[in-house]
Amino acid sequence: MQELINRAKEMLDDGTVARVLGWKAGDLPYNPEPAYFEDAESLKDFVYNGFCGANLSKYMIEASKLEGKTLVFLKPCDTYSFNQLIKEHRVDREKAYIIGVGCKGKLDIEKIRAQGIKGIESIEGAEITDDADTLKVQTIYGEKSCAYADAMLERCHVCKGKEHKIYDEQIGESKETKDGERFDEVARIEAMAPAEKFAFFQKELSKCIRCNACRNVCPACSCRKCVFDSNKFDSAQKANVDSFEEKMFHIIRAFHVAGRCTDCGECSRVCPQGIPLHLFNRKFIKDIDELYGEYQAGDDTESKAPLTNYTFEDAEPSIVGKRG
Amino acid sequence: MYKIAKENLSALFRLIADSQELYLPVKTAGQVNFAAWSEEAEVALDTLKSVKSPKDAFFPQSEGLYTVRREGKKMKVEPEELKSQDFVVFGMKACDVKGLEVLDNVFLADPIDTFYAARREHGTIVALACHEPEESCFCKVFGVDAADPAADVAAWMIGEDLYWKALTEKGEALTKKVKELLSDADETAVEAEKEAIRGIAEKLPYMNLSLDGWNGDALSEKFDDKLWEELYKPCLACGTCTFVCPTCQCYDIKDYNTGNSVSRYRCWDSCMYSDFTMMAHGNNRTSQMQRFRQRFMHKLVYYPANNDGMYSCVGCGRCVEKCPASLNIVKVIKAFQKQGGER
Repeated sequence: MQELINRAKEMLDDGTVARVLGWKAGDLPYNPEPAYFEDAESLKDFVYNGFCGANLSKYMIEASKLEGKTLVFLKPCDTYSFNQLIKEHRVDREKAYIIGVGCKGKLDIEKIRAQGIKGIESIEGAEITDDADTLKVQTIYGEKSCAYADAMLERCHVCKGKEHKIYDEQIGESKETKDGERFDEVARIEAMAPAEKFAFFQKELSKCIRCNACRNVCPACSCRKCVFDSNKFDSAQKANVDSFEEKMFHIIRAFHVAGRCTDCGECSRVCPQGIPLHLFNRKFIKDIDELYGEYQAGDDTESKAPLTNYTFEDAEPSIVGKRG
Repeated sequence: MYKIAKENLSALFRLIADSQELYLPVKTAGQVNFAAWSEEAEVALDTLKSVKSPKDAFFPQSEGLYTVRREGKKMKVEPEELKSQDFVVFGMKACDVKGLEVLDNVFLADPIDTFYAARREHGTIVALACHEPEESCFCKVFGVDAADPAADVAAWMIGEDLYWKALTEKGEALTKKVKELLSDADETAVEAEKEAIRGIAEKLPYMNLSLDGWNGDALSEKFDDKLWEELYKPCLACGTCTFVCPTCQCYDIKDYNTGNSVSRYRCWDSCMYSDFTMMAHGNNRTSQMQRFRQRFMHKLVYYPANNDGMYSCVGCGRCVEKCPASLNIVKVIKAFQKQGGER
């Protein structure tokens, strides 16, 4: 972590960048927040550990509008989002100096709580340099421990890899965290009978409180004004009603980001109700892979996306009837 | 003081639900929220914080107000009925009960919100003491005692029993209805539990947060502070903090065209949203900094200015746990404190 701070200081001092976008230590052991640092002094609060899950690519949309360059720290998976945003002309490559940071899997405090760990005073093993496989958690109810892997975000179990897809320099090693297959859960749901499938999503989506956190954190949701925020609607983007319309919000959003979603997993990370929203996106990714050939959004900044590029080999609309 | 064995709680819920609606913490798809009791419901009384606060029981996130229908050349207005049946909310925590006091000051003041008033009149609250409060809790800062909730009935879960003490007339009436399941108990165990809870609260990192400088008179000083320009930056402008909050009370009113009628409904609004308090001329808060500032100024300055110094935060800590960018009211208070110290 000190290496990151030193490098940031250097670049602020020599004027290469006007600001640094990273994470600031929180007031609890697990709540660092995305933050801008504009001078060397403020970097004393800089932190990079297992709880820095936030994908800073989204913040680069706003940072691209600011004067001067921004030094941004991106984890391997965040770089896919950055590439995709370049492709969509939403961030300015020239305004960013990207340091690709190593990652050993990011932690989900909800998964730690789910193990009955509460009253947390400190957490050992979350540091990026730690090789610990176990988190030692000091609580006011005694010392607890939990396997690092059991506290990881879902997305880290199906990690896309240790490679940074775009960077100016790299600092730190990444660790292999993948121990599951990305499309297993989608396949499991595909195999359900229609009624069972409906019941599954009904149960999950009925928890939605329309906070719009999934949309606002999503790097693919970069519209200046979202259609759901229009006051010309009869319905409201904030009205929570357990109806078809509410489900439509999530389904429309999934359609809108189809082919552009890099599967960064931020939607599911931030959902206050723990709805596995990434499943919608992954279903689309799986279908695109099957119908148009394997495609990973954000892999590069040049390639043509399957859904916006016509070829003679494209699936015909009748595929819907054939696949059921 | 009475008690009932935990294993008989299902019978208690069944008995209450026989004659009235019963809302309590229920786990659905992995998350605990207040919901109507049913035989199949997975009741989760051990959960300290439901994701959403239980304020829905009195002030639902969305509710119909009236429907206008065309009948020939006339319009017929059909108002939604006010709550007229008694109901019980079981398992609210001391902070959430205090949250209702905040809402009361708004909705029961003139002009009275009749929808809210009807629910308050017909609702009986059984509140649970917090057996094991957590690091995100700071209720004590706002004068709330997690060990001794002030509701219609106060309850404590100790060992294999739930202790039950009626505190109001409504509480007495409910006690009478379920008396057959309760047995007499003395207060020794409850007193020890209260001591233990207060002891834990003392050790929690947020419980002794200072609100020095936050009051109804601090308007200009706080409003004009440059610090807001820093603090709001990570904010994603989602509504999580406002929608899980037990005291946020802002709502929007909208018309829904059903095709052959118009339904007027209201739904919670969030000061974090771009269309919050939008008027014909546009919006009076045009930046996220202003929206972010609004939330904390409302809780710590505007509301106290209008309500004899009472804050409209109860320290439940839900925003602390749920903000996607790890921002929250505690960090705001601390940031101002730190700046004060450095000046």
